[in-house]
Amino acid sequence: MSPTPIELRDIAKVVRRDVLTMLLEAGSGHAGGSLSSVDILVALYWGVMRVRPDRPSWEERDRLVLSKAHAAPALYAALARRGYFDVKDLLTFRKIRTKLQGFPDMHKTPGIDASVGSPGQGLSIANGIAMAAKRDGRQYRIYCLMGDGEAHEGQVWEAGMTAAHHKLDNVCAVIDRNRMMGDGGTEDIVALSPLQDKWRTFNWHVVEIDGHNVEQLTAAFSEAASVKGQPTVVIARTVKGKGVPFMENKAEWHDRKLTEDLYEEAMKALA
Amino acid sequence: MAEMGLVDIHHSVVETEATNRGYERGLIELAERGTDIIVMDADLAGSSGTSGFRKRFPDRFLDIGLCEQDMIGTAAGLALAGKCVFVTTHGMLAAGKAWDIIRSTICYGSLNVNICGADAGLSAGGAGGSRQSLEDVAVMRTLPGMTVIVPTDAVEARKATVAAARTPGPVYIRFAAARVPIITTNITPFTIGQAGVYRQGDDASVLTNGVMLYEALKAARLLEDDGLGVRVINCHTIKPLDRAIVNRAAVETGALVTAEEGSTIGGLGGAVAEALAQSSRPTPIKIVGIEDRFGESGEHEQLLSHFGLKSRDIASAVREVLSRKRSLEGRDTEAARDRVQ
Repeated sequence: MSPTPIELRDIAKVVRRDVLTMLLEAGSGHAGGSLSSVDILVALYWGVMRVRPDRPSWEERDRLVLSKAHAAPALYAALARRGYFDVKDLLTFRKIRTKLQGFPDMHKTPGIDASVGSPGQGLSIANGIAMAAKRDGRQYRIYCLMGDGEAHEGQVWEAGMTAAHHKLDNVCAVIDRNRMMGDGGTEDIVALSPLQDKWRTFNWHVVEIDGHNVEQLTAAFSEAASVKGQPTVVIARTVKGKGVPFMENKAEWHDRKLTEDLYEEAMKALA
Repeated sequence: MAEMGLVDIHHSVVETEATNRGYERGLIELAERGTDIIVMDADLAGSSGTSGFRKRFPDRFLDIGLCEQDMIGTAAGLALAGKCVFVTTHGMLAAGKAWDIIRSTICYGSLNVNICGADAGLSAGGAGGSRQSLEDVAVMRTLPGMTVIVPTDAVEARKATVAAARTPGPVYIRFAAARVPIITTNITPFTIGQAGVYRQGDDASVLTNGVMLYEALKAARLLEDDGLGVRVINCHTIKPLDRAIVNRAAVETGALVTAEEGSTIGGLGGAVAEALAQSSRPTPIKIVGIEDRFGESGEHEQLLSHFGLKSRDIASAVREVLSRKRSLEGRDTEAARDRVQ
């Protein structure tokens, strides 16, 4: 049975706490963009995706490509809590000989469907998997979680054209629209708005929702699954650093180092 | 050399063909044998050698448009889902424009994607420097886990294509659009990573690949008239380099020339120099290639002459390393005499 929205919110809180603990322990990593992604990942892994944590390479599983690879802490915490590996392993994030590399490595971490790192590359990978799935008559779906700043990369739009041209309705892109990137606001650096219109003119089905509302997220993903002949992009309006008041909407928390004091303060906010 | 099944280029009319065509035949052979192959091109099927494949197996062909980066990324996804993928575009677009995707997605994931640089080297001819790829071998060679192959002719190109499909991890193969001499036959051995000795000799060795193998064989013939025995080795695989054959050539002949249709920086010459500089036998080496510059427009043959890549250029490089070898031997003899006294 699928967890209730209340249960999903509780899981998301646990995952957020894990993310902060990992970042404190590692002494580096990306807080803001990890925290903004947590509800999306929790909705997907607990409420939407068909996966078997005990068989990470089960052929019929739904796949996720983490194109915004800097949100690795959020994905690792979600995978650990979902049962792919021991939660204790999260403390090894970014450390020597860890299976939890700074950016996802499919050969080291159970549950990672594609190695990623360089921005803007995930959607092409998702498209390739989707094409193979269609050729082989397989029913699984492919999710691609992207950052909004990532849309500055030209390859994203190449992949956007490819997915629409080949009618890859088994692809669902999710944009973590937190409106911030490393150096500041997306609209100040190079404006992305109107983002919905951009994807619509690329012949995608577009859904825009509150990316921290798990009910809206699961509804958006089931709408995406019902759309035929067109890929869907879910534009998830989020807050960078969500859940930790001093991090929220602060570009410097893209990758600022967490201190013990700030960690304690953040954990209190997520108690 | 009958046992290698080579064409006798000195006594018969040498046929020519673009190695792109051998690529095309290799792809068709793979599909005919039932390989779950997907061939991708980025709007260059007309010249790259994939149009014949497209005609025969339209369901297995995917033209991605002028999206080289997306092509490589999509290939990664297809490979992740178990497909045998060949991606095709100009050498400089494959190795250059899509380099980061090849690095961060294909190589980092050790994916089974075969990247085919068509119209490479100087073979884009009239298109000139911006479209010729002289550095593709060097930039592909630095990538962890990447196999790099430069076939010598269309026959070897077909074999390399078929062999690449069975090689785990990423492979880069360079093909030429220009007609180049056919010097191997269907029975000539070809194994990725194993160089072939195509002519014996003990005075010096020429390590080469691509169209330069033909020039090297002609150079060896020229030098034979001077009483010099030159070993000619087909190093079609630059990575992994056949270190055993390279070391043996160094030990047994003591003077090496490398010859390639590409930059003198980081290609076959670089690979051989790296290997030998770290071996117990430092050996005089001369790297024949194009020295730190772009190409320019012209017929392929004219360009080979213009950039000093003909048999006479290889022959003079051999004479140069031989004179360095002799002066080293002279020094060794003097040192030995000093030790005795």
